[in-house]
Amino acid sequence: MDVVKDVLEKSAKEADKYKSVEVNKLIDIDVGALLAIDSNPLDSKALRSSPNDYLLKLTRDNVQLMYNQIWELPTERIEEAIVVKLPKPKYSLPRAKPVPKPRSLTKWEQFAKAKGIVKKKRTKLTWDDQLKKWIPLYGFKRAAAQKEKDWVLEVPQNANPMEDQFAKKVEAKSERVAKNELQRLHNIAKAKHVKIPRFGLTNPDVSSAKELQAAVTVAKSSTASLGKFQEKLPKEKEARGVGAITPGATRKRKLPPVSGSDEKTQNLNIVETVLNKRPKIDMEKAVARHMNDEQLQRSEEKKGERPKRLRKSHGSSTGGGGRKKPKNSNRPRKGKMAGGRKRR
Amino acid sequence: MVVIQRVVKATTRKGKKVLIKKEPQVNEGPKRALFLQGRRSSDKLRRLTKDLFDIKKPDAQLLNKKNDITIFEDATPVERFCRKFETPLFVMSSHSKKRPDNLVIGRMYNYSLLDMIELHVENIECMREFACQKIVLGTKPSLVFNGPTWEETEELKHLKSLFIDIFHREEVESVRLQGLEHTISFTATPEGKILIRSFNVLMKKSGTRVPRLELEEMGPRIDLTLRRSKLPSEDLMKEALRKPKELKVTKKKNISVDGLGTTHGRIHVGKQEIQKIQTRKMKGLKKTPEEIKMKRAAKRSADNNNVNKIKKQKLG
Repeated sequence: MDVVKDVLEKSAKEADKYKSVEVNKLIDIDVGALLAIDSNPLDSKALRSSPNDYLLKLTRDNVQLMYNQIWELPTERIEEAIVVKLPKPKYSLPRAKPVPKPRSLTKWEQFAKAKGIVKKKRTKLTWDDQLKKWIPLYGFKRAAAQKEKDWVLEVPQNANPMEDQFAKKVEAKSERVAKNELQRLHNIAKAKHVKIPRFGLTNPDVSSAKELQAAVTVAKSSTASLGKFQEKLPKEKEARGVGAITPGATRKRKLPPVSGSDEKTQNLNIVETVLNKRPKIDMEKAVARHMNDEQLQRSEEKKGERPKRLRKSHGSSTGGGGRKKPKNSNRPRKGKMAGGRKRR
Repeated sequence: MVVIQRVVKATTRKGKKVLIKKEPQVNEGPKRALFLQGRRSSDKLRRLTKDLFDIKKPDAQLLNKKNDITIFEDATPVERFCRKFETPLFVMSSHSKKRPDNLVIGRMYNYSLLDMIELHVENIECMREFACQKIVLGTKPSLVFNGPTWEETEELKHLKSLFIDIFHREEVESVRLQGLEHTISFTATPEGKILIRSFNVLMKKSGTRVPRLELEEMGPRIDLTLRRSKLPSEDLMKEALRKPKELKVTKKKNISVDGLGTTHGRIHVGKQEIQKIQTRKMKGLKKTPEEIKMKRAAKRSADNNNVNKIKKQKLG
C-alpha cells in the first residue's frame, strides 16, 4: 500500500514538472494539409494592447491541438526517422494546369489491341556471322554496323547490271522514312480530329508555287492514258523532278536518230526484240501440269473399270483438264517474306 | 504514354524531356512562385520580397529588374513571365504615390490569370531582426488561420486559398515527426488588418507521448491591409479545382467486413433457365416416333373432351 502511494506521488510530481499538452478549444483541423482554421472570435483588447504576445499564445494553442492529432496517426520507422503517414488533405487547391487528357490510340495500336498483339522487347545485340561480332539491331551504333556489312552488295539476277545498288538502297530507305512520317502525321491529324484529304494538297492557300505545280503535274497524269491527251496551257511547264516519277508527265519527244548507222541499229534492235521472244518456262507450273495430266489419265483408266451407275458424278473431261494447280501454293518464300512478318 | 503527339518532334533527348516536363501531369509537384517588381520599389517591399523569397526557396524565382507593368489593367506581361519561368504563382511589388507599398499576389491556371489580390504592406520586420535559430530550408510549414472573418467574405476566402497555395509547398503523404519545425499564422482582425507571424516550433518534453510545444518567433512579421482584388469566375475556378479521375478512390462494391473481422462478399448469380439446362443425354429413355404420335393423339382427344365439356356447360 505504501509502495503504491509512493509511486503515485512520484508520478504526480513528475507530471507537475511538465506543462500540459491539453487545450480546450474547438477548431477545424485538416491534418493532411497541416492546416488549422480557428473560427473563434479574437480578443480585441489583447490585440490592441500586446498583439504579438497574444498571437503567439493563440498560435501555440492551435498548433498544439493540431500536433496532438498528428501524433495519433500511425507511425513507421524509416532508417532512424520516425515518420507519420498523413491522410489525404480535405482542403482543395486549384491546379496549375488542366487535367491531362488520355492520348487516343494510333491506327496500329487499335489494331494490336483488337487482335491481342502484345509488344515484345527484342534483344538489342545479335550475333552476326558475316562480321563475327555482336551488332545492335536498333539504336546506337546500328547504322555503323550495317555500313560495315554493306561494303559489297550483290546484284540480283533479274536486275540491270548498270544500276547503282547502293543508291537504290539509300532511296528505298528514304522512301520508307517518308512513308513512316506520313503515317505519323495521319495519326496526329486523326487524334486532333483534323480533316485531311487522302491525296492532294492539304492546304492550297499556303502552298508555294512549286508545290502547286507539282500537284498540277500529278493530277494531269492521273488519267487512264497517263496524261498523254491532257491539254496544256500555252506557257505551262511541268514541275521539276515530278516529271521523272509520274509516267505520263514527260512529253518530250525522242528526237529521230541523226546518222544512218544509228537508225539502222535502232531498227534492228526493234526487229530482234520482236522475233527473239522466247517463251519463259515456269518450271513448277510445268511440273504441276504434267503431274495433273498423269493423274487425269489414271483416273480415266479407272473409270473404264468401274460400274456404270456411279459414273454420273464425273462430267466431261474438259472440266478436269482445264483445272490448273494454283501458282503460289507451295513456292518457298525467300528474302523479304522469309520470316512471314513485316518488319517496320 | 501520356506524351502529347507533336508535329515537329524535339531533336534532342534533353529537349524532349523539357517538353514532357511542361505538359500537364496528374500529380503536380510544388508550385513555383515568381517575385517581380513594378515601376518603382520601396525599402519595405525590397526587404519583404527578400524574406518571402528566402522562405519559398527553392521553388521560387526572383527577378531584379523593374518592369513597366500595371497589372490590374493588363496582366499579359505577367502571364508571359509566368509561362517563361513555369511559375503558377507570382508576387509583384510596386510603390507609387497613389498606392504606396503595394503587393499583388496572384496565381495562374493554364498560363492565364486565375485570381489576384492587392495588399498594402503596413509594417514589416525582417527575419534578421529576430535573434534566434532559423529553420532548415525546404521544411513544410503548418499553417494556422485565426479569426472568424476568414470565412465571411469572398475576398478573404480567396486570400486564404492564395496564402495556403504559396506557403504549403506541396502535398505530402508522410511527414517526419522531428521535422515539423515551422508554423505560420495568419490572423484577420475585425478592423480588416491581416497579421502574418512565422514561428519556430520547439518540442519540449511532456508527461505524455505528445510533446509540449513552445513557439519562438523567427520569421518576418508582416501587417497587411486589403486593397483591390480580381476574383475568378465561378466556372473557371470550378475547372481549376477539378481532380483527375486517377486520384479518385474507387470503392470496392459487394465486399463488407463484419464486427469480428470476417470479410463477406456478395455474388450475384443471374436467373437460371431450367428448361434449357444442358444435362446428360440418355438415349434409351428417348421416345420413339410412334410413342410421340400416340402422346400427341392422346393430348388432342383430351382437349376435345374439355372443349365438349365447356360447350355442354355453356349450353346447359
